[in-house]
Amino acid sequence: MSLNNAMLEKYRNNFLQEVAGNVEQGDWVKMCMQCGVCAGSCPLGDAWEHSPQKIFMMIRANRREQVLSSDSMWMCTSCYHCVVRCPRGLPIPHIMHGLASYAKRLGLAPKSNPTLWFAEVFWNNMLKKGRVNELKLGLSLYFKDGFASGIKQAMAHQKLGINMLKAKRMAPMDMFAGHAIKDIFGLHKMIRKAQEIEAAKLEANSK
Amino acid sequence: MAKFEYSYYPGCSSQTGASSSNLMRSVDTMCEELDLKLNPIPDWNCCSASIGYGSGNVLPRLSLSARNIALSEQHNPNQDIVATCAACWLSTRETAERLHQDENMFKDVNTALAEARLTLTNKTPIRHMAEVLIEDVGYESLARGVKKPLQGIRIAGYVGCQTNRPFGIAGESFENPLYLDKLVESLGGDSVPTYEKKVQCCGGALAFSEPEKSQAMIHGIIEAAYDNGADMIVTPCPLCQTNVEIYQDVINAKFGSKFEMPVVYYSQLISVAYGRNSKDAALDGQLIRAKKLESFAG
Amino acid sequence: MPDYDKKLGAYLCSGCGIGDRLNVSQMETTAKRDGKAAIVKTHEFLCSKAGVEMIRKDIDAGDVNHVIIGACSHRSKVEAFRFDRAAISRANLREGCIWIRPYTDEAQQTTQEMGDDLIRMACAESRYINIPEPSGEQELNKTLLVVGGGMTGMTTALESAKAGYRVELVEKAAALGGWMAQLHKCIPHRMPYANPVATNIDATIAAVNAHANITLHLSASVAKTEGAPGRFKIEIATEYGTSTTVEVGAIVQASGYNMFDPNNVPAMNHAKSADIVTNMELEALAKAAGDGPIKRPSDGREVSSVIFVQNVGQASEAKGHLPYHSGIGDLIAIKQALYFKTQNRGCETTILFNHLRTPGAAGEDFYCSGQNYEVTFRKGIASEVFPGSSLEVQFRDMILDEDTSQTADLVVLDVGMVPNSGPDPYALPLVADKEKGAAPVFEVTLDSILNLEYRQGTDLPHLKHGFTDSHFICFPYETRRSGIYAAGPVRRPMDIHQAMEDATGAAMKAIQALENAGKGRSAHPRSGDLSYPLFRKEGCTRCKRCTVECPFAAIDEDEKGYPQFNESRCRRCGICMGACPVRVISFDNYSVDSIGQQIKNVDMPDEFDEKPRILVLACENDAYPALDMAAQNGIEYSPFARVIPVRCLGSVNTVWITDALNSGYDGIILMGCSKGDDYQCHFVKGSEMAYQRMSQIADTLQILSLDAERVVTYEVAITDIHRAPRLINAMAETIEKIGMSPFKF
Repeated sequence: MSLNNAMLEKYRNNFLQEVAGNVEQGDWVKMCMQCGVCAGSCPLGDAWEHSPQKIFMMIRANRREQVLSSDSMWMCTSCYHCVVRCPRGLPIPHIMHGLASYAKRLGLAPKSNPTLWFAEVFWNNMLKKGRVNELKLGLSLYFKDGFASGIKQAMAHQKLGINMLKAKRMAPMDMFAGHAIKDIFGLHKMIRKAQEIEAAKLEANSK
Repeated sequence: MAKFEYSYYPGCSSQTGASSSNLMRSVDTMCEELDLKLNPIPDWNCCSASIGYGSGNVLPRLSLSARNIALSEQHNPNQDIVATCAACWLSTRETAERLHQDENMFKDVNTALAEARLTLTNKTPIRHMAEVLIEDVGYESLARGVKKPLQGIRIAGYVGCQTNRPFGIAGESFENPLYLDKLVESLGGDSVPTYEKKVQCCGGALAFSEPEKSQAMIHGIIEAAYDNGADMIVTPCPLCQTNVEIYQDVINAKFGSKFEMPVVYYSQLISVAYGRNSKDAALDGQLIRAKKLESFAG
Repeated sequence: MPDYDKKLGAYLCSGCGIGDRLNVSQMETTAKRDGKAAIVKTHEFLCSKAGVEMIRKDIDAGDVNHVIIGACSHRSKVEAFRFDRAAISRANLREGCIWIRPYTDEAQQTTQEMGDDLIRMACAESRYINIPEPSGEQELNKTLLVVGGGMTGMTTALESAKAGYRVELVEKAAALGGWMAQLHKCIPHRMPYANPVATNIDATIAAVNAHANITLHLSASVAKTEGAPGRFKIEIATEYGTSTTVEVGAIVQASGYNMFDPNNVPAMNHAKSADIVTNMELEALAKAAGDGPIKRPSDGREVSSVIFVQNVGQASEAKGHLPYHSGIGDLIAIKQALYFKTQNRGCETTILFNHLRTPGAAGEDFYCSGQNYEVTFRKGIASEVFPGSSLEVQFRDMILDEDTSQTADLVVLDVGMVPNSGPDPYALPLVADKEKGAAPVFEVTLDSILNLEYRQGTDLPHLKHGFTDSHFICFPYETRRSGIYAAGPVRRPMDIHQAMEDATGAAMKAIQALENAGKGRSAHPRSGDLSYPLFRKEGCTRCKRCTVECPFAAIDEDEKGYPQFNESRCRRCGICMGACPVRVISFDNYSVDSIGQQIKNVDMPDEFDEKPRILVLACENDAYPALDMAAQNGIEYSPFARVIPVRCLGSVNTVWITDALNSGYDGIILMGCSKGDDYQCHFVKGSEMAYQRMSQIADTLQILSLDAERVVTYEVAITDIHRAPRLINAMAETIEKIGMSPFKF
């Protein structure tokens, strides 16, 4: 059984408890008092389908699929406006991140969301050598939609690239080498362990 | 003996050839002038910034920062960790605090760290360079060392998000922090305390994935600086600096504006005010030249 | 008529800058020559021990019995300048003169004129007042009547009994406890505000039963109340036809409330299903369940899901609804939701709220506790509840912005509190309303609670929505019937702990009232005043204005229609005096003459002097202190103003206005408190009455061919320290524009 089905089975009809048990800082959701300050504080407020206020209400109204497939959580810039203004002190950005990450794990996150895609590219890029390779990260952005469109994108941003190179804020040799940490082996082992612990917990929760 | 000594976490963007290498260079100059010694954390890794959540869930993310703290505890014992990057500071400090609050998480993190032969005691204060300047050096002492007061430069302090929220710098307000303005005043420049976009989000990492939305916000940030008669913007955050500076051409094309607003780091202002040249202050690292500042740098 | 020789002594103070700013020896002459003071003395620090001693010596020697103090405001140094066996008048030379004028040579002359006039006015007042003495009719009765045996009434009774006063406690039902006795548990009132707490009502009932000072009258009601504070006579009738008469000094009415009838909101279908219950009905179900699961009335099944529909027919303008919100319904819902969370395992509990109101200390924490228990709070407005074996609530989700519905085993309706205060003596008859086609807003109790034998009706006047009128800002327990105090939800919707606080406050006020009555002293706000209305019967035309207009129903009528004053019901506001067209009502220390002579004794410059005179009659409760505070803040106003404090704007007799106009005043300003529903008038209706009377002044002005702008009335609050001087200056400007009064002789 997929993790999604297992969770559905276990928490049948109580999405609030599912969120409380499995999502980062999810046990805070029940404390939202629906004042809407988060919705009014979000810099991307206009771009969201559902504000945090609505997401929290939808969780309580058992709108599981609607919540997990929403692109709203992926709009969080982590600006922390909401968290400092929330009268109840909810760690809203973390709940948003947690919901996004949980949705992705269950395979319910919106497939073509650019931030979801970028987050994955970033994570892999960063993890490869333990530090971000900005050049490769930038290039992969251009080539996101295929080779031809990537060339076009790169050409459009040519001036920017050249300027960055001139200012020594971009290093062409990073294409082949780039910064790396020494104990990359240890780092990978550590991350794998952390992922294992987390997966085991989720697995246990779904039973 | 240096006046103060810290365990330094520069972060990915503050490396040679990276997007905020000018921050790194000017911080080095600034610390030389202020007699602050920075001991880099050996073999530090990326904190995964504000976008790490998408693929790494909680524990892997916290482990990344925990590794840096553990390395600092091992190699730079009894030294506060100081970060210059907003995201690095936030991730590291958030990790430290979360692990203080959650004992189980603390145990799990140490289990993961053991794979890299590291242990975390989690007793190290995690600080931002701005806190060092305000709390350890102090505005007055900073002002005393000024050799070339930045007289006549009107500088809008753009604090941004993560250097401000949720932790704040030196107890300043989240809605209207004034520390950049005080810093500018200390250096003899003209501050713009009424700059209404000082805590506006620039889009952060979404500048890459949602460029349209991000650029609309950046447009507002720059426009407000012009409206307030600013000659340049100063910021403590590498991603803010990059986002606000480098897309001005793109924004001009899109919005029909004629922006050419220099965006500098506080460390560059201090380096110049303390009499250092453009190169030491890393002014050659600007895409939009800060000409007024260069004229002081000689 | 005074039966003693008045010996006037004027005492001037030269301290606080008065001596520097004013020519004191000239004022001494004024006091002697114009004021007719036999003794005139000046002291450099009159309120000091030595200064006061100087005055006291003269009084003790029998040389002086009317004292005129020429120093600071009437409101300053009141304790120092209080002399028994002497009438006191004050000339406000400090706040009323030097502090509101610039210290310049140009201003010197007009400031001095002001000072001299203030001395003349105070001396004139002194000549026309008498030393007040109690009437001798007062009685001390240390027993209280408490009407209502609920939590408020029992608390009042216990607090009074513990303070050593006897209590006659009347309860309509056969047992004590009221609504509280029907509750399963209470909203917590102490930290940590997490769970409902026991009512402990039995302990309170036992304490009432056990207290030797309390006499209980169960299944009883008040059949008749007559008299006044200190000498109320109460007839208590029981359901069984028996009746007793008791005498009490003061009364506390704690007659509580009734629950709103949800059938006024037909869509809730309360009558159509046993499983649609009101919040009060749920208490019975919870009580029956003990600590076990709550069962539904229709089939006795354990409730596994419940929806609370909040705000049923409250704060709504719709027909048959309550126009106000009771304030505590949401806390009650949280409390009851926790019954289910703790007694019915896994019960899905939803509160459909619109504006969640959780007032008080417990509020926010208790709300959080509900959230911690995973009560679902959903912002939604219910449109209909469908009966059936599973109930369906249709509602609009205000966050998700959609119409939706939810099912449950049980639906609880949050209905509000309706005061049980008796019929409003001033309300238009409901029948008339019905004839006009206007629906009565909601049910009011038509049965009298107190059955007062008063000229002005059987019960306490209401403010609105059936709640008793009380001075919200200054005197919350004080009603418009002296010596009768309202406490608890009869006054406004409130919770148990607020009601208990109310009860304690009302007990204290009632005790004060009966003690004051025993000494012949007034209750608030002229606490301690010994004067009382004197009435010259031979001049009375029996017009009944005084008996109708007294806001406190202090005046009854005898069989011939003459007013009958009940001095201990009187608050000494003088509204009757202001009302009397033939001026036969007065007080020893306040009369038509005592003010009228002050007006006349102002030195009136002739028309060509270009020195107008503006008469300001300022309410002593708000406007006068506002002017004092303006002075303390160094705010200046026109030197042409002559300010006289009055007890209430309602005491202003229109003869003062006509006399003032006739004697050459160029402008007249009346400053009273705000009126209407949100009144601040300390005597409730005085300010309103003054406005009414002044609207008739226009005719007088027309007869005299004077401009209407010469007489203006303002509502002035105690905080209007900038505005009040501005109003005076505006009048000075107006006079400059329209010219001097032609009536200067």
